This record gives sequence, C-alpha cells and structure tokens, in this order.
Amino acid sequence: MGRFVLKRLIYMVITLWLIATITFFLMHNLPGSPLQNEEKLPPELKEIILKEYGLDKPLPVQYVNYLGNLITGDLGNSYKYDGRKVTDMIMDGFSASATLGVQAISFGVVVGLILGCVAALRRGTWIDSGATVLSVLGVSIPSFVLGALLSYYVGVELQWLPPALWEGWEYTILPSLALSFLVIAQIARYVRTEMLEVLGQDYIKTAKAKGLGRPAVIIRHALRNALIPAITIMAPLTVALLTGTLVIEQIFAIPGMGYMFVDSIQTNDFTAIMGVTMFYSFLLVVSIFIVDILYGIIDPRIRLTGAKE
Amino acid sequence: MGKKFTMTLALLLVASMVLTACGGGQSAGGDKQVLNITETGEPPGLDSAVTTDQISFDILNNVTEGLYRVDKNNQPQPAIAKDVEISKDKKTYTFKLRDAKWSDGKPVKAQDFEYAWKRALDPKSKSQYAYILYPIKGAEEYNTDKGDKKDVGVKALDDKTLEVKLNDPIPYFLTLTTFATYRPQREDIVEKHGKEYAQDPDKMVYNGPFVMSEWKHKKSFQLKKNDKYWDKDAVKLDEINANIVKETSTEVNLYNTKKADVINVNGEFVDKYKDSKELVKVPEASNFYFQFNTKEKVFSNEKIRKAFSLAIERKTITEKVTKDGVPAQGIVPITLDVNGKNYREQAGNMIEEDEEKAKKLLEEGLEELDMDKMPSIELLGYDRENAKKTQEYMKERLKNVLGVNVEIKIVPFKQKLDLENAGDFQLSFAGWGADYNDPMTFLELWVTGNPYNRGDWSNKEYDKLIKKSQTNADYEERAKDLIKAEKIAMDEAALAPLYDRQRLKLQKPYVKGIARHPFGADNTYKWAYIEGK
Repeated sequence: MGRFVLKRLIYMVITLWLIATITFFLMHNLPGSPLQNEEKLPPELKEIILKEYGLDKPLPVQYVNYLGNLITGDLGNSYKYDGRKVTDMIMDGFSASATLGVQAISFGVVVGLILGCVAALRRGTWIDSGATVLSVLGVSIPSFVLGALLSYYVGVELQWLPPALWEGWEYTILPSLALSFLVIAQIARYVRTEMLEVLGQDYIKTAKAKGLGRPAVIIRHALRNALIPAITIMAPLTVALLTGTLVIEQIFAIPGMGYMFVDSIQTNDFTAIMGVTMFYSFLLVVSIFIVDILYGIIDPRIRLTGAKE
Repeated sequence: MGKKFTMTLALLLVASMVLTACGGGQSAGGDKQVLNITETGEPPGLDSAVTTDQISFDILNNVTEGLYRVDKNNQPQPAIAKDVEISKDKKTYTFKLRDAKWSDGKPVKAQDFEYAWKRALDPKSKSQYAYILYPIKGAEEYNTDKGDKKDVGVKALDDKTLEVKLNDPIPYFLTLTTFATYRPQREDIVEKHGKEYAQDPDKMVYNGPFVMSEWKHKKSFQLKKNDKYWDKDAVKLDEINANIVKETSTEVNLYNTKKADVINVNGEFVDKYKDSKELVKVPEASNFYFQFNTKEKVFSNEKIRKAFSLAIERKTITEKVTKDGVPAQGIVPITLDVNGKNYREQAGNMIEEDEEKAKKLLEEGLEELDMDKMPSIELLGYDRENAKKTQEYMKERLKNVLGVNVEIKIVPFKQKLDLENAGDFQLSFAGWGADYNDPMTFLELWVTGNPYNRGDWSNKEYDKLIKKSQTNADYEERAKDLIKAEKIAMDEAALAPLYDRQRLKLQKPYVKGIARHPFGADNTYKWAYIEGK
C-alpha cells in the first residue's frame, strides 16, 4: 500500500507539471495581451506597461520564473483586478462554490443511492420506471434550464425562496437543487445497473444461504460492490461542482469560481488563468487519488493488482 | 413518493415563511433613503490613477470627487475647485480649491492632485488610462520614459491653489478634470497600503458624496452618505446597496421581486417593457461603424465605399436588430458637445441612405477599377451578442441591395484588435467610445498615421483641419473646422457609421434624480432620492 501511494503521488506531481507547462504555452498563444484598455491604449504606452510587467522577456524566461513562483505556492497577482492576489480571488469564489457543491453532492448522492437501490430491488414496477424517467430527465435537462425554471417559478412567481443572490442558507436551496439533479440522475442510473448485476451473482446467493438478513445482504454485499462505478464518476463530478458551474452561478448571482474561468481567459489575465487551472487540476488529481484509495478499500482486488504493476 | 413530495413542499413553505419574517425586519428601518442597484461585475480596481473600467469609474464618481463634476446636463461644475482662472492663451489653468475634507477629516489639498496625477503618469504605476492626462505639459514625455517628473505641468502653488499648464488650448479641459484619472489621492494612504491600496473599503479614503462602507468581493458592495462631504446637504440618499449580477434575466427577476430598484437590461427585454415608463434609455457617447480597409483594392475606391454606406438601413438595426441604439448621424455621436453646445445640432445629419444610388455607385466604382464583378468580401467581426446580430443583418442587407457576397469572420475581441492593427482585414465591424466630451475624441482617429486609423484612409485637407484644431485657441473657428473635417471624411466614406449605442435600464417609479452621463462615469447618485415608495 505504501509503495502504491508513493507512486501515485509522483504521478500526481508529474501530471500537474505537465498541465502547468501546456497551459502556460497555450495561454501565451492567445491573441492580445493581458492589458485591459487595449482597444485605446497608445502603442508606445502599451510597450512600456508590458515591460513593467516583465511580459517583454522571452517566453522561456517567463516560464522558468513562473514555475519558480509556483513551487513556492505564489500564484501571482491578477492583471485585471488591479493587482489582487490570485490566491485570494480563488478563495473568495471557492467558498461559495464549495458550499453549493457540497450541498448538491450530499443531497444528490443520498437521493440517487436510495433511488437506484429501490429501482433495482423493485425492478419492473412503477417505481423502477419512475426512477428511470427521472434519471433520463436529470441527465438530459441541463442544470441551467432547471435553474432558470426554479428561479422563475419558485423565486418570482411563488416567491417561496429568493430567486437569486447569496445572503444566507435559504439562498442556497434553489441553486443546490438545480445542481443536484444531475448527481441524482447519474448515481441512480449507475447504482441501479450495478445492483442488478451484483444481485445476480453467486456470492449474494451464498450470503442469503448462510442466513444473513435482507438489509445486511443488500448493504454489506450488494451495495458495496455496486458502488465502484458510481465512485468513478463521483471524482470528476465532485471537482466540477466544487469549483463552480458558471451558468448556475450566473443565474443565481452567486459569487463563485465559475465566472473566473471564463473571465480570466477572455481578458487574458495570465496569472488568473494559470491560478484557476492549477487549482482545478490539483483538486482533480487529488480526488482521483482518493478514488483510487477508495477502490482499494471497497474492493481489495484492485489494490493488489495496482501494487503489482 | 407522494409523501416525500408533500414533505418537501412543507419544508419549502416553512423556509419561505421564515424568510418573509426576516425580510420584514429589514424594511422596518423607517424613512431611511435606500437605493438598491445591480452591477454587472466585480469592480476591477478602485485606484483612481490606474483603473480603466466602467464599473470602477461609476463607484469612484460617487465616492470621490475631482476639481470639477459633471451635472445632470453633463456640463462641468466646480466641485473640489471653487473656481478657476484661465490664462489669455488658454494654456494655464489656476484652480482655487474650496475647504473640502477627506473622509478621515483631513483637508483636500492641491498637493493631493499633483501627487495623484504624477503617480498615474509614472510608468511604474502601469496606468492604462494615463494617456488621458497627455494634454498636460510634459505628461506624455514622463509617461513614456522620455521626460522627467519635475517637468510635468501640474503644480500645487500652496495648499489651496493648483496650477496646470497645458500643451495646447483645449475647450474640454474642465470636463477632463471630472474624469477618474484626474481625481486627487492621498500620498500617506497610498504609501501605507502599497499594493493593496483601494482593494478594500478601509484601504482608501473618500472625498465624494458617499463612502464605500462594505465590499464583499464578487458579491456586493455598499455606499453610505459621507458626513465629511463639503456639499453633504445636497445628498439625500443614506445608503446604496449594489449586488453583483451578471445575468440580465436574473436582474429582471430581482427587479420583479423588489430586490433591486434600478437594473440594466439589454435589447432582448426592450419589447417586453417597450410601453413601460420604467424603461429608461440613456444615450452613450459611443458608436459602431464599418471600417473599410483602403489598402484593399475594392475599398480603395471611394464610390464602392460610399455604395456600402448608402445601402445600409440604420433604422432597421436600431429598431429590429440590436434595439439598443439610435441611427448614427455621422462619425461623432449625437450626445457630444463642442465648446459647450451640442455638436450634431450644428453639424447636422451627414448620413445618406439610398438603395438606387448605392447600386449605381457600385457599378461605377467597379468600372473605375476595371472589374466586372464585385468579389466576395470578408467582414471581420467579433463574438459579442449585439455585434453578431448586426453582422448577420449586414450580410443579408448587402446581399439583397448590392448583390455582394459577404463572409463573416468571427473572432474573439482581442484577436480582432490584433488583426485590425496589422491591417489584416477587408471590412471590419468596429466601435469606439468617447474619452472626453468633444468631437476630437472621434475625429482624430482618422488622421493619417494615427495608430487607430486602421483602414489607412488619408486626406490632406482633413489632416490639416484636425491638426489646426488641436491647437486652435479660437474655439468658434475650431468648431467649424471640425464640422468641415467630418464632412470630408463622410463625403469620402472613410468609414460607414452605423449607430450610436444606448444603455437600457429599468427603474422603479419611486427612484428620482439619478444623473446619467454619456461619457466618463455612467451615474451620479449625489442628487438621487426615493419618493413615494
């Protein structure tokens, strides 16, 4: 296990370095500069400002400087937001996005699990069909459509909950709900399919035969094995939800991270682009790592083959 | 399932009841004057010497004040300056300052202006709007590393007297002093906070009608009446709450649930609110136009350029396509003044639209170029909503009237600028916004050799008139010369102006007295108030 973890850690660092490098050079190929008033800025003044920022230096030099700062954890200052620290900007947005993401995931996973299990156990009944319809809808209706509908009907027409803004817990309900729909659908679908497969396995019969109760069979033996594919999709899903979804954040006017992705690229805010990319990659790589460990806990066979490689 | 649903509903109900109870507490503040607004983004920076964007300009206009401030009619009125003495050659301005205070109680001094302007011009400050100070003697030289700080023509003669020396006499200098880059700054405060200056409400000081009392980054900010403001009796609002909302439909939802009193809308919402008194149209001093690249064979021909301009129906664009503007009447937008009077009223409408004439001119033009057929044209456009719509409309229109095939090339905005600067286009969809209240802010762009003259149109007479006007102390003659110059550019169709943009707002009937401006900052809340809510 120790060797396995170490190896994965080294892979993680290499992955992050590759992402940093590729993003850095791609980003510098974007047309335009990170300056804001480019449209009107006199060319001579532009050159002077670029020089002040050190953007006139050859790319490889800038790259080495950047990597140096990155290793010390310094993501630099934003170009657009008047020298604010990129780390601060990410943290400003991350708290809102993460609150939303955690709520959507917790709610989505619980409901999705129950829905998937119930559908599998009551296969062929109206509950099963209902769950399937819900899953298909959940996967196919984009969250922003749901978000806009919720905001309008629940927020404006019924006025039960605020249609937008971010002032307290009640403000988080509608956007979390809009986001959780996809999680419910995905989890329910995977769990149902896997459960059906697992329930037909010999070891379930064995478990039943040795006199275990129905709940024990389902939770300890069936669900545990049915979870593996669900966990696989949970990693990227979690990261995507934690770091914010642009459209839901826009619809509900949430001060999250989603907009930072788009905004930084559109304004060539180099440090911010690198910052959010590295932050996102870091979360993703870590969560994949956690998933790998989780696999091992849920299914020891994976850990063994992993270590032999 | 059914049970669960009822449970959820019940929960939602309870939550909403709790909410309504909370809401009641907030509005029980009595007759406090509160205005709730939305902003479309996080203010990028409130350091007046370096900021460049509209949201920051707007906040700064209400929490700080310069020598002059524009009034409801967009004319400059004395603010921190009590009055001004202008020398005979109109090149030296001596401002006398009134007894105004900063929000920490210290007096606003002439030195604060000198410090702020020189700081903006210091290349190390990386101010991307520093060029707005270039009319000042020695400013451009210092800013571009060719001159010295001490040669910049701004000097505090004493605490209450500021002397400014200009390169040339310009009729719009007092309006310039209302602009954000011309605001005063406190050296001690800037030094104290260094890089973090103005990044949070307690890291700056204020000398305007309001102070910033709260700034939750990316979420909201709050302005409160400034008790130290010299003219505080004129200020009626106690509080302005701004939420940052990027999506227009969300703004509309907030407006309809009374969480915002004034919001921004776009052309898509115009039809819905067309007959409503709550729809406010604010003309802007910015326009959109077609820029011909005269280095391209077809557009080197004046008749062909003219044919393109004649073929356009501008009213269709503003009424059916973008719905957020008025047809252009020339290069200079309708809102600008020259020498204190509206420019367009003096210059008149210089735009002609005539399908038949367009067809005829196109034929004649092709003959002059010895071509049988108009080749397919590439229109360089960009990917913003209204731009896309206008580009599509133009493609249709040029095909129908002139039979010209137009291919639209849509690129991100920054790439479009790069292509235009490189002269790598045939026809481009472009826009420009005024930096100050004078036609010169538009007309100087088409002078030969100007870096913004991206279509390389050139006319000696035009160049002469503009050059003369840049230094002409006879403001009457200057106004006439500018009209003459614009006429030349229009006669030769150096460009084809399309429309002047308007900002669209929804505003509750109980909101009164917000002054809105076509150039500089968008809003002044100094005289705003709530009545009959």
